[in-house]
Amino acid sequence: MNTNKQYNQFRAMLAVTRASLRSILRSPSAVVFSIAFPLIFIIVFGFIGGGNFTVTVGVHPDCDTSNQIFKMLKSRPEVNLSYDSLDALTQSLSRGHIAAIINIEKTKHDSLTPMIIHLQTSSAAREGAGVITLFMNHAIDKANLDANPAVHPIAELKPQELEGRPYKSIDFILPGMLGFSLLSTGVFGTAFVFYNLRSTLVLKRFFATPIRRLYIVMGEALARVTFATFTSSFIIILGYLAFGFTLVHGITTFLTMLLLCFIGLFIFMGFGFIVSSVATNESVIPVFANLITLPQFLLAGTFFSTYSFPWWLQPFTKILQLTYFNYSMRKIAFEGLSLVDVWQDLAVLGIWGVVAYLVAAKVFKWE
Amino acid sequence: MQKEKKVIISVNNLMKNYGDFTAVNKISFEVYEGEIFGLLGPNGAGKTTTLEIIETLREKTSGEILIDGLNVDHDQNEIKNRIGVQLQAAGYYPNLSLLELLDLFSGLYNVEIDKQQILSLVSLQDKAKSKYKSLSGGLKQRFSLCTTLINKPKIVFLDEPTTGLDPQARRNLWALIRNIHSNGTTVVITTHYMDEAEELCERLAVMDAGKIIAINTPDQLIDDLVATGFERKKEVKKANLEDVFLNLTGKEWRDE
Repeated sequence: MNTNKQYNQFRAMLAVTRASLRSILRSPSAVVFSIAFPLIFIIVFGFIGGGNFTVTVGVHPDCDTSNQIFKMLKSRPEVNLSYDSLDALTQSLSRGHIAAIINIEKTKHDSLTPMIIHLQTSSAAREGAGVITLFMNHAIDKANLDANPAVHPIAELKPQELEGRPYKSIDFILPGMLGFSLLSTGVFGTAFVFYNLRSTLVLKRFFATPIRRLYIVMGEALARVTFATFTSSFIIILGYLAFGFTLVHGITTFLTMLLLCFIGLFIFMGFGFIVSSVATNESVIPVFANLITLPQFLLAGTFFSTYSFPWWLQPFTKILQLTYFNYSMRKIAFEGLSLVDVWQDLAVLGIWGVVAYLVAAKVFKWE
Repeated sequence: MQKEKKVIISVNNLMKNYGDFTAVNKISFEVYEGEIFGLLGPNGAGKTTTLEIIETLREKTSGEILIDGLNVDHDQNEIKNRIGVQLQAAGYYPNLSLLELLDLFSGLYNVEIDKQQILSLVSLQDKAKSKYKSLSGGLKQRFSLCTTLINKPKIVFLDEPTTGLDPQARRNLWALIRNIHSNGTTVVITTHYMDEAEELCERLAVMDAGKIIAINTPDQLIDDLVATGFERKKEVKKANLEDVFLNLTGKEWRDE
């Protein structure tokens, strides 16, 4: 034994990191939860969203299609027209697949009102029905006005749109998926690894070598961070190239996002340490880990905006750490803010981090 | 001891309490440099606790322990550098190969090693690229033994190394342990198997309920018992069932 050479804790730590990273990369569940799932969600949501709001209207077989109102209807990009038999249309309407059935009836030549428009809607598609009713009212008003130019309108609408960045659904979903990926790897990954290292006496075998305990934990954590940096980069780059994810300031935004990923993962790992220590056997780990992660996946604005939740759920979403991760990630990615700009969100994350690590330090078991 | 031997481990009045329970009760013994020393005793006798305190893995309640002249109270890291430890049923990262695990341990001990050479010490060179989880129980124990040699230790501690192995694998491991010992390494081993103790150990201590109740060479312990007038109930045959088993299935080690 070369005793005069100083033992290098850092070298030992990196050996743990290398071994742990190899182990993570070979574990199917880590790869599936960190990359495959988020990618599938991105692809699914990327294709679902993206389009504008549309309503589908069934055209009654007897409908007159040569009049100006029908032409106006046909020219609107938000309106899809569906031609089918009346039975089929009625069935679609009652199931809410179409918003309404329209039938424009030409009356006799001597009638004062040359057209009567029948609009059949259903309670199965209330939202679409409202939109199409509004639209038809507008179309009829315009036609009436055109037919009687002498009437002076008392008001006129001049719509103006503020030129904004196009907010695509990928811009919403991708930051959420980063949160999903990091929370999975942070809580599940850390909990399982430390539980297993402890129960299979790997940690104990490490203790028989001169490495200090803190360096073992840091080595393991570094492996997870490296892995998460790789998966997060992969998700962001793929989102950028394949789905046009918005990186406002390009590489700066990308790096800021990675930095936030690092902060998020660090905090989530604190919960992983807690779970690994309070779990009395391996099968309890998923229960505890899901207890922490599942409500967050659903309620922290991962898949849907938190604003779409009922009022009584809102306060709850406001205490979840993933909410603040998602908030700040979206602000950084889409609005191009810096980490300093989102300090309020980071402060909440920081409080969670302090709480998590205080509890972890209290309950952490080495053996 | 007639011959003047150098003490490499000295344990003095070692005591370990877990709450009200006394696991190790003021034991004292010495291990000489270059011997194979056995710690025997039934389950719960305090063997593993004693071993783990010497290995610096557990805090003692009181007593003094010197290992190669170093005190376990303040020279833990230097002691760790000079000893090799095999734990009872220790695991490793299961989906890493043996070479990768040796990389890990060479980093943990801060030493450069010839991985193939060190695997050849336990005849595992053919399994270098196999994952740890794919090894049989006997091979796992052999690899575990291998990791104790990485830092070229002066003392190797083996905690029940052959528990759960078939007779062939046990004999194979004995040969490896003797091999390590023949290079001048001191070996401290715990076991439940008396044949193993008789086969390997130059001296042994018998523990029960936290105390050492006998300490001597295996021969002397047997002679002492015989001298009290002890006789076996049954006349010993020239062979036993293990001999029959080995004669039938061969002494050759099998991988799986």
